[in-house]
Amino acid sequence: MSRSREFFQAMRDMLPLLVGAMPFGIIYGTLAASAGWSAAQAMGMSLLVFAGSAQFIALSLLSGGAGMAVLLLTTLVVNLRHALYSATLQPFVRHLPARWRLPLAFWLTDEAFAVVQQRYAEPDSAAYKHWYFFGAALAMYLNWQLCTLIGVLFGQTVPNLAAWGLDFAMLATFIGVVVPMLRNWPQVAAALLAGAVALVCHGLPYKLGLLAAAVSGIAIGLYLERRQGLQVVEEVV
Amino acid sequence: MSIWSLIIGMALITFAIRYSLFAFPHLGFPLIVRQGLHYVPGAVLAAIVLPGMFMPDGQHWQLSLDNAYLLAGVACILIAALTRHLLATIGGGLLMFFLLRWALGQLPI
Repeated sequence: MSRSREFFQAMRDMLPLLVGAMPFGIIYGTLAASAGWSAAQAMGMSLLVFAGSAQFIALSLLSGGAGMAVLLLTTLVVNLRHALYSATLQPFVRHLPARWRLPLAFWLTDEAFAVVQQRYAEPDSAAYKHWYFFGAALAMYLNWQLCTLIGVLFGQTVPNLAAWGLDFAMLATFIGVVVPMLRNWPQVAAALLAGAVALVCHGLPYKLGLLAAAVSGIAIGLYLERRQGLQVVEEVV
Repeated sequence: MSIWSLIIGMALITFAIRYSLFAFPHLGFPLIVRQGLHYVPGAVLAAIVLPGMFMPDGQHWQLSLDNAYLLAGVACILIAALTRHLLATIGGGLLMFFLLRWALGQLPI
């Protein structure tokens, strides 16, 4: 596919995830404004940090009177899962110059990762898959800024957005991405165990349950794969 | 503490984590790491999806037949397993989800 086709295909593929993220962006903007942040500060956080969970947690910790060290440490822990995404996608972006790798890393979110890793896992040897990455990442970024702005400006007047359950669009997309990936027993076991650990550890703060779940899933998948001597084809990410 | 220094600090930390491995393009991973990384998408996404279905509010188990997230989530999994088609899964799942929410009187209309 050409550069522009990769780019716009990614934007289309991101659509359900954009819809799913909308309530969160708007609610974040609303909360920041009602916490007394200026519009520039609320937008500055979305523009520069661009990490939904960390932004929410920072707002709530700040209102609880937490200090800078706690806030920064929390940001580190909450976003640690992104190091796994960075490692997973590194083999696919290592040939790119830094002017590509820098912005693509800055834009690496859960949503972009889900869609982009799927594109990289497709066996075709298209030369412009990084344009797909670019399109997906930029769509997520622009959507997040727009939603933050709507929340800051009109947050108080938007009717109960959370009640619509638009966040289900994210679950449906992630299911549509994950299930076809489960082609062998180690993959199935990794997903099942990760899901179970996430449920059991849901009480842990700062997304630590998610991190524990990911690590357990990877460990069991790796263990079963090695025990079976199973050859997983390299391009199946 | 100024909010701006907090924003800058959080931005630097978040970026450092996301760039951590992209920063070393010449680094090749040993086999065991490459094998392990194959399980990242499935494990992470399942760890987001299952709590989303069983605990829609993020805190309380909701093992009941009026939990549209759970029922429509199961429908999504079935559609995905049978069709392996992303758009069919999203479309079918969302349709199921909003029909259920409507039938259960859970929509704000």
